[in-house]
Amino acid sequence: MMDYVAGFGRRSLEVVGSLGRATQFLFGVLVGVPKPATGFPLLIKQLYSVGVLSLAIVVVSGLFIGMVLALQGYTILSDYGSEAAIGQMIALTLVRELGPVVTALLFAGRAGSALTAEIGLMKATEQLSSMEMMGVDPLRRVIAPRLWAGFIAMPILAMIFSVVGIWGGMLVGVDWLGVFEGSFWGNMQSSVDFVDDVLNGVIKSVVFGFVCAWIAVYQGYDCVPTSAGISSATTKTVVYSSLAVLGLDFVLTAVMFGDF
Amino acid sequence: MVQRTTEIVVGFFMIAGLAALLFLALQVSGLSPKSAAATYTVYANFNDVGGLTPRGKVSMAGVTVGSIESISLDKNTFQAKVTMAIRSDVDTIPADSAAVIRTSGLLGEQYIDISIGGDMESLGEGDTFYSTQSAMNLERLISNFASGR
Repeated sequence: MMDYVAGFGRRSLEVVGSLGRATQFLFGVLVGVPKPATGFPLLIKQLYSVGVLSLAIVVVSGLFIGMVLALQGYTILSDYGSEAAIGQMIALTLVRELGPVVTALLFAGRAGSALTAEIGLMKATEQLSSMEMMGVDPLRRVIAPRLWAGFIAMPILAMIFSVVGIWGGMLVGVDWLGVFEGSFWGNMQSSVDFVDDVLNGVIKSVVFGFVCAWIAVYQGYDCVPTSAGISSATTKTVVYSSLAVLGLDFVLTAVMFGDF
Repeated sequence: MVQRTTEIVVGFFMIAGLAALLFLALQVSGLSPKSAAATYTVYANFNDVGGLTPRGKVSMAGVTVGSIESISLDKNTFQAKVTMAIRSDVDTIPADSAAVIRTSGLLGEQYIDISIGGDMESLGEGDTFYSTQSAMNLERLISNFASGR
């Protein structure tokens, strides 16, 4: 019985210690800003692999989610005779919630797991320690570009997701289901506010990008340097990122859109 | 060579992101430069504003001529004071017109409709509507109907 309680205590302290290591790690990464001459090409390369290569999944998912929103929304709204409100329903849902959250989940699954696996493999093949021995700070050369790339790419991906989703919703709503195009855009424009809705969505995606990128690079840096360790770290990245994104989404939504 | 292609592709990625932001700003949220048109402010006091919200529309004969700036409570008369911004080129509203709260459509978005009076003088900057009609209260209507009045 006492062993059980002691084990529980030890595991809790491990979790707290892990969070502390993660914060120290983050501080080291943020303080070690690479010099523009060497750092910028690294950032570009990481932006390519983290941002541009995620475009495919983000665009396709956005398109299908927008189309499904239009279909489901039309069915529900036609019960009240308010099909013309489909535009504002799709736009508000995507811009406020689904854009940032679904893009963050896709980003964590695709780019986050790739980052973790890459950094984990670098640790397992001792590349990070040999860099340290050569006098090159691995946090500055390897980790910082990846963190900043994730931080910059997420809002862009979330906005592209929202735009493609609205376009997909327009394809289904106006071209297929026959909603009048003028009221589709007119209702949308009168109910979506740039500062309250679009900018709040962008703020959410910036926060989610920061959290997903931080969890991904930290799990890679801190993993057990074996193949089983890398696989467990990759799984942990996806699970922790998803939970963190959904939890933060609730908090941010309550703060931004709640009526305090 | 590969580095150059990567740079160009990442450049396009950033441009795509900027274009998405512009689209969301202009087309989706209707932020437009001409919404900074010249307006003048008028006030109206209501007993009950119902579901009226700021940024709601103010219309005359069905045409939108302005928007609601803010709604506040007058602590002396216990009425709601609504501040409206009317387009400057609509400056011939008779001074005895009434501001009526109407409901549009089934989802019940409420707006202010201006009923024309017959005065020769027009409303100007800072004037208050002389007569107003409050929002329709469903409970009062039902109780009137139920008690047979």
